[in-house]
Formats: sequence, structure tokens, C-alpha cells
Amino acid sequence: MKWSKKDLLDLESLNKEEISMILDTARSFREILDRPVKKVPILRGKTVVNMFFEPSTRTSASFDMAAKRLMADTVNISPKTSAVQKGETLLDTARNLEAMKIDLVVIRHSSSGAPHFLASRIKAGVINAGDGQHAHPTQGLLDMFTIREKRGKLEGLNVLIVGDVTHSRVARSDIHGLLKMGAKVSVCGPSTLIPMGIQDLGVKVYYDLDQALAEADVVNVLRLQLERQKKGLLPSLREYSQLFCITGERLKKTKPGITVMHPGPMNRGVEIEPAVADGASSVILDQVTNGVAVRMAVLYLLTGGEGSVSEAIKKEA
Amino acid sequence: MKELKIQKAEDRLIIKNGRVIDPANKRDEATDIVIKDGVIESIEKSDNAKSGAQVIDATGLIITPGFFDMHVHFREPGREDEETIETGSLAAAAGGFTGVACMPNTTPVVENQGIVQLVKSRQTAYCGIYPVGAVTKGLECQELAEMGDMFHAGAVAVSDDGKPVTNSNLMRRALDYCRMFDIPVISHCEDLFLSADGAMNEGALATKLGLRGIPNVAESSMAYRDAQLAALTGGRLHIAHVSCAETVEVVRQAKRRGIKITAETCPHYFILTEDAVKGYSEMTRVNPPLRGQADVQAILEGLEDGTIDCIVTDHAPHSHEEKEVEFDQAPTGMIGLETSLGLCWTHLVETGVLTPSQLVEKMSLNPRNILKIGNGSAVGSGAGLTTGGKIEIGKIADLTVFDPQSKWTVDPEEFFSKSRNTPFKGFELTGKTVMTVLNGNIIR
Repeated sequence: MKWSKKDLLDLESLNKEEISMILDTARSFREILDRPVKKVPILRGKTVVNMFFEPSTRTSASFDMAAKRLMADTVNISPKTSAVQKGETLLDTARNLEAMKIDLVVIRHSSSGAPHFLASRIKAGVINAGDGQHAHPTQGLLDMFTIREKRGKLEGLNVLIVGDVTHSRVARSDIHGLLKMGAKVSVCGPSTLIPMGIQDLGVKVYYDLDQALAEADVVNVLRLQLERQKKGLLPSLREYSQLFCITGERLKKTKPGITVMHPGPMNRGVEIEPAVADGASSVILDQVTNGVAVRMAVLYLLTGGEGSVSEAIKKEA
Repeated sequence: MKELKIQKAEDRLIIKNGRVIDPANKRDEATDIVIKDGVIESIEKSDNAKSGAQVIDATGLIITPGFFDMHVHFREPGREDEETIETGSLAAAAGGFTGVACMPNTTPVVENQGIVQLVKSRQTAYCGIYPVGAVTKGLECQELAEMGDMFHAGAVAVSDDGKPVTNSNLMRRALDYCRMFDIPVISHCEDLFLSADGAMNEGALATKLGLRGIPNVAESSMAYRDAQLAALTGGRLHIAHVSCAETVEVVRQAKRRGIKITAETCPHYFILTEDAVKGYSEMTRVNPPLRGQADVQAILEGLEDGTIDCIVTDHAPHSHEEKEVEFDQAPTGMIGLETSLGLCWTHLVETGVLTPSQLVEKMSLNPRNILKIGNGSAVGSGAGLTTGGKIEIGKIADLTVFDPQSKWTVDPEEFFSKSRNTPFKGFELTGKTVMTVLNGNIIR
């Protein structure tokens, strides 16, 4: 199978084979990350522009590192340093960059659909690094990669997503990706943070965390944005923590070997107990490592990479 | 470049063999209309040989009282780059409209006699322009605007359109006060707390697209409030751009109770659903948002049973630069004057929802009745004339002539409007204006 898409905008528009292809390709790159020399010249001569219009540490560093490990040239743009500050539109910014003959744009933006807007108007490939509350496809892919790595499969697993589902692009990408790969997905959180019609995506909804955890093989804990309380979506963080924090006590009642994930950044003590975040069930740092491998795979495929990665490396070396 | 030309009224003009539809007089027949010096002389089969008459063969065409759109935004004063009263009038004439009511949310806001007069002073020969004044000064919902003064200067209604009158007490006072002038308060129903930050209809699709949703109740709860206030005060209430089933029901029940309430909707609310937002097309961002299939069905039923009195366009021009941005940052609204007839004929008449006569009522007779606008050139005169929207001997000729068979494809590049923001580009429609007759002058 050959990769045929110009952009990676969401997981909804990928089929099972395409998701598998990215995950399989990522596995080869994951091995490279354990080598003493972590660079391969696969993207030499290509230029990747990282446009992060929202604060980001791990995703922007991860994309930058992924591109650099493939030896692409990278340009990092943030709203503070870009002409957007001077009133330039997103489209004009992108068109100017395109005039500089770039190959890929990685974009994070607070507006849902902003990457789709760009992708339909520029020739360069566009990778969505998180748009509004819509999608975060590479996070979804790295979550699936990590689950597959830890549990050996995705099909048939019960994955529970806990927390602020309404505002989470990670949740939406996980749901689309995991369901396509044959997992069962549930969500749990306060009813004010579970969006209308989420069941239509094919997930089960719980409001009682202990009940939801009973079935789960994997629990993915979402970050709670603390301003939700001010917006009247929660009575207090204390109450949220009482009802929805993943604690060691709660995990004692779950299936043995449950995998605990978190896309970060964490509010320790609010959504996850520190001992759980750092405990034996946690794969949170593995997610971060795997994120680089997954993003390397996406960059590789979107710039026309095909076939075995090791052969591609030999060819370029 | 297309051009609209005005042919001045000749001594005598005969429009022959057209199907004349005049719901007010229960007329629907093929006949001739003879116009002398801009005034209708006869409506019956006539002799071609009448002295010096110009004859227009209207075989196969429909002739109606001139269409009237009681809800447009012409952006003048303030945003003449998006539309001017002149370009808006051209778009109106091209779409078959002989009169429009312009909403007051311009810069400055139409909030006093002077600005009403300014708008009126920009009248063109293509279309009658009727200003709507603001309910509150600056649309800020703090103090009532000088509604009486504006009425006497020619305002035909008041509205804070674009914004709701959030203060219930001010809305009560506005409805009460306007009773003195017998003009309607046009309500943009939106509970801003419920719609806050919303970009599209609330529901599963918004969840999927990651866009914040606006529930139907954001509109219907305020429509209910305003209906109650209209009942309390006896004022005349007109609900703008009805988008959802619950609001249709509020209006239906209020009418049954005898409350003085009327309502309008736009073609996009009975043709498009929220599905049009898929792909984040900024052209589909409107306020209120495009709703679900059940809402479309309810609006069609509301049109059919008379709950919804008028079809308006909410013609909202936006510059390309402003509109071509991220979906949730795009301004809301679409233009509509040049597509309205085709959309309505294709989706209401050809589908059997409305008879041709019912459509004419909603596009011509009813809006004029609501605003008490007279026939022909009674531009900006406000109240008093109640013969508008009719074809009658002795009245000024104010007509729309269209071809119900004409098939065409929407191409925004051919629009007379300065703006191009329509989601209907490429739509195949049936029914197109051939010419409009305003004050006896032929525009085509």
C-alpha cells in the first residue's frame, strides 16, 4: 500500500489500513530512537514549518525533534514572533511561507478546522497538531501506538477516556482512531463536560468513574482546564477531584494490569494522583517518546516516503 | 460586465399574456397589464393597437406585485467596501425586489432622525429603501433610541438586529412605546448566555467538528419571552430569521392566542442543514446557525400553515478578506437577494410546499402589510399607505416579472452585490427574474 494523502488533518478521514501503515512505520522509527546516533537522512533537503499559534511544549518539541531526526530543515513560528501580530491573516502567512518553497506545515491553532482551511488553499502538506476542540491526530496515533506496544493489540480492548471530553481534541482523535482499529471506547466525566451527541460517535457514556473503570483495560486521563470552574461547568475542583480523580484506591478495584495514560500536561492531584502518574501502571512518559516516532512516521509518509524505512535510510545514506 | 438598465416609463406600456398573480385580489390568470404614465390603467385583455403603446410579450412569464425584502444589510454608512445602498439596490432589482428594509446595525447605527434621513437620501432608482431604526442607542441595550422621531423621519420598524435586546424591561418598553406609531419591533432572538462562543448548531455534528454549539433554545426562549411581552403590552412583535422548530411553535401558539406577532425566515433555513458546515466552509456560518433536518421540516410546515409570514434574505454582505478566515473567526451571514427567488421557487413551489400565490404573499404582500408600506414610489413614507403588494388599477406599477421555467446555475461572479459570500454557488435553480418594474420604469 502506498500513502496517498497530502495532509493529515484528523483520524476520522483515515481508514484502518492507513492508520496501521502509520503505526507500523512508526515502529521502525521507534527503534532508531534507541540507537546511539538518532538521526537518519530521510528528509534531507525538505523543509518543515511548525506554526504553533497556541502554547505547546511537548507537541511542538516533538514535531521539531522528529523533523530534525530525519534531517529536515525546520522553521518554528509562534504568534508572538509572526506577522499575525501585525494583523496578517493565517492564509497570507501560509502563502508567504509557501512562496519560500516549503514541503510541510505543522499547525496548531485555537480554531477548529483551521488546518482544513489551510490544506484546501496551499500546495504543501498540512499536519494538524491540534485544532480547537476538534482533532489532534498525532496524539491519537501515539496513544494507539503506546497501547499496542504495551498491550500487544488494539482490537477488543476496552479504553476509557476520563475527564473534560467536551473540550478535548485528544478525546475525539482517540475515539475515531481506536474505534477504527477495533477497540471499544467509553467516556466518563461530569455531565457538563460530556458533549451532546458523543454517543453518535460509537462510545458508551459513564458518569460514575468506579463503574466505568470496572471494565477498562486502558484509562486515558484528560487534562482538566482549570478555568472550567470559572465558566460554571463545575462547582469546584475539589468536587471534581473527589468524583473523577484517578487514584491508587480506585485502581485497586480495576482489572489487573490496567494501563494509565495522560496526554499531558497534568494537573496532579486534580485529575490524577501523583502516585498513579508516576506508578507502575503509568505509560505517560512512553507516550512522549513514542510521539517522536509517530511524528517521524507521519513526516516521512507525507513527504512521499514509501516501503521499508531501513531501505529508505540505506538509499539516502 | 453585466449591467442593469432603467427604461423610463413610456406613455403607455402593455405587458401581454403574462400569468398575473396577485394574492390580495385573489387573481391568478393569464392577462394583460396596461400601464400609462407609470400607473396601472387596466388589467384585462387589451388591444395592442392602443396608441403608441410599447408591448412586452410576457407569455410563459409570471407577473407579481414587486417583491419586498424586509430584512437586508446594505452596510452604508460605514462599510461601503462590502455593500452600498446603490450596489445593494442593484442586487435587489436583479433579484426581483422593488423594496427593501435596511437593518440599522451600520456605522454609525441608525439610531436617530438624522441617520434615518441620511439613509433615505441615498435612495436609488433601482429599489425602494426603507430604513429600520434601532431599538436602543448604539444597539447597546442601555437606553431606548428616539423611535418616534425616527418613525416620523421614515423608519418603518425598529430593531437591534445583529444583537438581541437582552434587557427584558427595555424590550417591554420598546413594544409598549411603538404602539403609538403602530410599527413592529423586530426581534433578533438570541440568549447570549446560551449562545456564547457558539459557531454552529449544537449537536452531534458540532461535537464531531469540535465547534461550539448554539442550542435551539437560545433562540426560542427569547422568542417566547418577547411573545409574552407583546401580549403584556399589546405591541407588535416581528420575529426575525426563524431557524428552529421550537420558535415556529412559539409563534404558532402566540398567533392562536391572538398576540400581535409575525415572523420571517430565510431560504437557507429551509434548504440547508447543519451538514453544510462539514468541511468548515465559512460561507455557511450564519447567526442563527443552520439547524437540523427536523428544524428544516418545521420551518417548511410553518411556511405552509402561515405561521411564518414572510421570506427574507437577511442579505449580509462581507468582504472576501473578512470571510476567508478560520470558521469560528469568520463573520456570520450570507448574501441572498439575487438567489432568493430561484431558491424559493425551486425548493418551495416546485416541491409543492407553497402555491405560487402563497409564495408571492410571503415575498411581497405580507412584508408590506407588516411594515405598512404602500405601493410604488411611496419611498420612506412609513405608515399610512396600505395598498402595497397589490396590483390594482390606479396604483403605481410596482411589479416583478420572472420566468418560472428558466434554469440557471448560481455564479456569484455575476452578482450585482459587492460581496460574494454565498454557500449556494453552483446550485442548479429554476425560476429567474426577467425584469422589475418600479414606479412604471422597467429595470432589466
